[in-house]
Amino acid sequence: MKYLKNFYKYRFLLYEIVRKNIKLQYRNSVLGVFWTFLQPLLTTLVLVVVFGGVFGADRSYTVNYPIYLLCGRLIYEFFSQSTKRAMRSINNSASVIKKVYVPKYIYPLSNVLANFVTFLISLLVLVCFIVFYYFFTDKQPVINAHVLLAFVPIVILLILCVGVGLILSTLAVFFKDIEYLYEVFCMLLFYLTPIFYHVDQLNLPSKIFRYALMGNPLYSITEMFRSCVLYGEMFNMNHLLYSLGFSLATVLIGLYVFYKKQDKFILHI
Amino acid sequence: MSKPAIVVENMSMMFNLNKEKVDNLKEYFIKLVTRKLHFTEFWALKDISFTVEKGERVGVLGFNGAGKSTLLKVIAGVLKPTEGSVKVNGVIAPMLELGAGFDLNYSGRENIFLYGATMGYSRKFIEEKYDEIVEFSELGDFIEVPVKNYSSGMRARLGFAIATAVEPEILILDEVLSVGDAKFRQKSEAKVRSMFGKGTTVLFVSHSTQQVLNICNKAIILDHGKLIAQGDAKEICAKYNEMVKGK
Repeated sequence: MKYLKNFYKYRFLLYEIVRKNIKLQYRNSVLGVFWTFLQPLLTTLVLVVVFGGVFGADRSYTVNYPIYLLCGRLIYEFFSQSTKRAMRSINNSASVIKKVYVPKYIYPLSNVLANFVTFLISLLVLVCFIVFYYFFTDKQPVINAHVLLAFVPIVILLILCVGVGLILSTLAVFFKDIEYLYEVFCMLLFYLTPIFYHVDQLNLPSKIFRYALMGNPLYSITEMFRSCVLYGEMFNMNHLLYSLGFSLATVLIGLYVFYKKQDKFILHI
Repeated sequence: MSKPAIVVENMSMMFNLNKEKVDNLKEYFIKLVTRKLHFTEFWALKDISFTVEKGERVGVLGFNGAGKSTLLKVIAGVLKPTEGSVKVNGVIAPMLELGAGFDLNYSGRENIFLYGATMGYSRKFIEEKYDEIVEFSELGDFIEVPVKNYSSGMRARLGFAIATAVEPEILILDEVLSVGDAKFRQKSEAKVRSMFGKGTTVLFVSHSTQQVLNICNKAIILDHGKLIAQGDAKEICAKYNEMVKGK
């Protein structure tokens, strides 16, 4: 109750920092907010050119390779960007935290939320892709009422990012190394998440590897998202339960670690 | 009798002074395993107790490193005391360092809202006070310029204007009455004085006993983290002056 009241008092600060992060991200760049579209568009084009021939040739796996890839990339990009920024948020706000009392979770939270807004904007690229392939090509994505459920994986993804952001921001205060370690981890994650390939296309030596790949919550979230906007089917309930459980657990751990350690932040930043 | 504004009870603040800063995992583990993780305990404040009644204006005197700023930070809620407790009744306006919440890439106008939000005010409230803040800061057209292009005096003026736009119940001043040119200094002193009339409780840190005498009616002296004297401002200032001479 006390926490809720405090959150209510500082909701405007949350809003201001989210706004600041979005505004400053593209300030002074000529194309400004268009980069939110251009960046996923350009990187997806490159990936389609490079991997399209190998993984995109067989349509029984991916239905429509560019859309398949874009779904994975958008989700991965939001996850990695928001958690990276949340991780640095406490250290970056050191000057404020040292001088004024503010609820510190505002910083990782607002960074994730700011990235969430740009993520939502970048979904427009996906809409353009879908419209283009639906009307002008024969590689049509299956679009039906299930598309309305696309918000479910997005919400789960947001919860996951908040949880991971809280944990990482706490760790980064005490160990700077985490920042570099996490860069490497994110790069591995890009290849280990079925973004530009389908799990069945891999020639895995053992079932264990397959389960390891599927244990990645980003896998379940991406697959759920693709079910909604590409395959036109109900998503797998196991994916839903697994990713939701995983995300909620991450948030709980994140909150616990953060609250336990937040009074020590100031001694280390 | 209303509740006192600030009650500090047996409060101590300890820092770990580690000789080398261990901030990466490898070093941490090596030192943990080889048991070389030594910390030197440093008590910045030791067993401090005092009470400030509503409307009292307390000067905090002490040499460099006596723990003045630490004390204010604990009262402002930035630091959590290692032992003891601090109870505060009322809205605090901490003015520990003016402009600490500024974002350099943001313009003055945007920073007014950001800084206000950092201090926990609502958007509506800041909008109401906006004109007053701009006027008091004397920034004029510069309000649309990014703060990174401000001079340090302009920055301090803006910070002071935002921080004093509210009418806080408790005002914490850490050597901030020395910002800007002489004209602005007079103006800011006048502003702070006008708050006294409204029954604002003030904690004021300064090295100048003259300033303390001007502003405060009570005072305390800190020395090496201990509270060594408290009482009437005149007595305490005289005592502090003796300490300075004796050193």
